[in-house]
Amino acid sequence: MVNRIVTGSHFGLRDWLVQRISAVMMVLYAFFMMGYVLVQPVLDYNAWTLLFASDLVRSFTFLMLLALFYHAWIGVRDVVMDYIKPAFVRLMIHVLVVLSLILYMIWSVQILWGM
Amino acid sequence: MPKILFRIYRYNPEKDAAPYMQDYALELEAGNKMLLDALLLIKAQDDTLSLRKSCREGVCGSDAMNINGRNGLACITQITSLKQPIEIRPLPGLPVIRDLVVDMTQFFKQYHSIKPYLVNNDPPPETERLQSPEDRLELDGLYECILCGCCTTSCPSFWWNPDKFVGPAGLLQAYRFLADTRDQATAERLDNLEDPYRLFRCHTIMNCVDVCPKQLNPTRAIGKIKDMMVKRIV
Repeated sequence: MVNRIVTGSHFGLRDWLVQRISAVMMVLYAFFMMGYVLVQPVLDYNAWTLLFASDLVRSFTFLMLLALFYHAWIGVRDVVMDYIKPAFVRLMIHVLVVLSLILYMIWSVQILWGM
Repeated sequence: MPKILFRIYRYNPEKDAAPYMQDYALELEAGNKMLLDALLLIKAQDDTLSLRKSCREGVCGSDAMNINGRNGLACITQITSLKQPIEIRPLPGLPVIRDLVVDMTQFFKQYHSIKPYLVNNDPPPETERLQSPEDRLELDGLYECILCGCCTTSCPSFWWNPDKFVGPAGLLQAYRFLADTRDQATAERLDNLEDPYRLFRCHTIMNCVDVCPKQLNPTRAIGKIKDMMVKRIV
């Protein structure tokens, strides 16, 4: 039986690094949000719309979401690589995950800047 | 003297349809302190029990096994430190040949894949290739590995991908040569490891550090390999 183990695709370092950097970004955003929630006397519709009226906050939120999506991609891919053995099924799940994350990305632009 | 209770994993693929646990009770005399002493006394009673052992002092790494759910060396595990009945199983994640004897082929394949020897193309000097004491210090905590397999077989990433993930023991050895100032194959070694399976299956859960009978830290070594790779690209 031919049992050829294929490894050596020479990637992984960038993903590992991005996973760490994106985690830091999400922590920073979480602190920012917690700070805002603590500082605001009343958290009503007005307080939230006021916050998200600023393009800076929208951009920061979008950056956090990009970090979240990339982080999620690496995390989910790692789980799939661990547990899903047939390469074709693995590829299909990867494609599905990437497509849904791109969809979420478009959706978040719509939420942040859309009407 | 109260008897000490054991539950030992038994499996003889030539006779048994499935593995089973067999109970033993043993009266120990003073002087028999280590688990291996007890296992050898059990084997004296029941010579069908198979296990590996050699140096009986924690140097050869032959008697690595799963003791009460934790990998360790029977020869340096004190019986009094164990809860009864003492459950003994073979190292997890490797094929069982018989009873406590496992097939370590996959483990050593991964070890060989990192080229566990010094690569230096310069002509050998008259005496030896010297290192400064500081450079030599970097090898502490790496060269002591006895390749017992306790760490690698306690690593879930190795259980899921034993054919592709090098495992903590292999990666610790890989760093042992990356850290050696006399070695000239740093770039090739890093290239060989830069792979989502070979290196990056490590998710730093540190089971390896928890079980190492020599108190080594493969997780730290893996971190240092990643550091070297980051330094290479930034």
